[in-house]
Amino acid sequence: MRYLVSVIDDKSNPGSTDRQPAISAFNERLIAEGYWVFAGGLADTDTATVIDNRGEQAVFSDGPFVESKEYLAGVWVWEAPDLDVALKLAAEASKVCDRKIEVRPFQ
Amino acid sequence: MNDVDVREAVTWAHHEEWARVVAALTRRFGDLDIAEEAAAEAFATAVERWPADGVPPNPGAWLTTTATRKAIDRIRRENKRDDKHKEAQMVYDDDPPEPVGAIDDDRLRLIFTCCHPALAMQTRLALTLRMVGGLTVPEIARAYLVQETAMERRITRAKAKIKAARIPYRVPSVEDLPARVSSVLAVLFLVFNEGYLATGPDTDPVRHDLTAEAIRLTRLIRALLPEDGEVAGLLALMLLIEARSTARVSASGELVPLDEQDRGSWDAALIAEGHRLVRERLAAAAAGVAPGRYQILAAINAVHTSARDIRDTDWSQVLALYNQLVRLDPSPVIALNRAIAVAELDGPEVALAAVDRLEDKLSGYHPYHATRADLLRRLGQSQQSRAAYDKAIQLAGNTAETAYLTRRRDQLR
Repeated sequence: MRYLVSVIDDKSNPGSTDRQPAISAFNERLIAEGYWVFAGGLADTDTATVIDNRGEQAVFSDGPFVESKEYLAGVWVWEAPDLDVALKLAAEASKVCDRKIEVRPFQ
Repeated sequence: MNDVDVREAVTWAHHEEWARVVAALTRRFGDLDIAEEAAAEAFATAVERWPADGVPPNPGAWLTTTATRKAIDRIRRENKRDDKHKEAQMVYDDDPPEPVGAIDDDRLRLIFTCCHPALAMQTRLALTLRMVGGLTVPEIARAYLVQETAMERRITRAKAKIKAARIPYRVPSVEDLPARVSSVLAVLFLVFNEGYLATGPDTDPVRHDLTAEAIRLTRLIRALLPEDGEVAGLLALMLLIEARSTARVSASGELVPLDEQDRGSWDAALIAEGHRLVRERLAAAAAGVAPGRYQILAAINAVHTSARDIRDTDWSQVLALYNQLVRLDPSPVIALNRAIAVAELDGPEVALAAVDRLEDKLSGYHPYHATRADLLRRLGQSQQSRAAYDKAIQLAGNTAETAYLTRRRDQLR
């Protein structure tokens, strides 16, 4: 079962910025234990562009599709046998990243 | 066999076998929704067939077999639309059973799945009452004073999440077991409390359907996890509270506080069973097993139910137990209840000082105001007492409690 694991940061109360070494070590473990599928940190939401081409021509808008205090700071994709395994890893991930984590299954 | 006997046999089978049938089918088909629907169909078939055919010698086996056939029928029907391959897998399941966790019983897997921490508390309650307790959706909706459609949606959504997110159908590993058991016990205690302290202007003050169901399910967990001290503690606690429930509401529907209850009308059998469980846990504590909060709460209730008269209550024992509980759970509600014991030992003035310190945290909690009102009344501070009763009446949701508080307020001089 694949899970999208989102790292959620909070603009008004951001997590600490020195987490990269711990995250790298955690990633090594995810790879070694066979859970790792993909991981990536995201640039600031200000760098996002939204494209809507459902009408006659594509419309580009500068910025994220929804402005909110909380935003997606990075993602993992994990392969885990069930939600209990994913939640246990996510609990560790939250400590490692010093941020909230959302776990959501792929269809 | 006459109709009454058959009806009783169906009711008995429903109580004894519902969870077993749902649990066995969930394991076999890996789908709560299929298991629930097939179990309901099997019981409906029993209601139809047993009066004519007679009650089968092994009702549980009959129900499981019937439900399994219903489930296979449904899967065949659905698979005609989509996946033929899946059908073969579902119907000819020769896979060896999954490796088991600490304890092997399908009903335990079912309970742990329904009380999974990834589900909201209200969802856990509803799902447990439906899947393990066998209550119908309308019954659960009535119990929680919500619309049937809303309750149906909540349960449907929960089943969909369990499936989509793959919440496992498994007894947790030994290391996770204590935390997961406390999640199950919290669900059962909430069911019990909603029965015991029923809220709402049109509800009976005590909902025996809910308290009885909570006790029945806790007995089941107790049978499945006989070594767990907190399970024993919660069962004892429920029994000792339930034993007093008829004495707790007067004929006119007013709450009767502990010191005014007719102790002769307490249920002696429930008290004896509760005391047996408490003694069992005291022996374990003496052997060095630290008791959890339910065991301590049960012990406090055992002290109360041991006194033949309120004046015989061993308040110093009650206070010692509360002191132990405060160390384990420093919540303001526990501190409030501790203050009631303090009032008996050190007087209402000392207790009031302790209660007043809780104002920040408990100002929206009606027992805080009711306790203050009572202490102020005992200190002769009628005006302040009246204000506290007003506040308590305004916040209380239980009809018997409101009636009692109103009378007490109106008796103030």
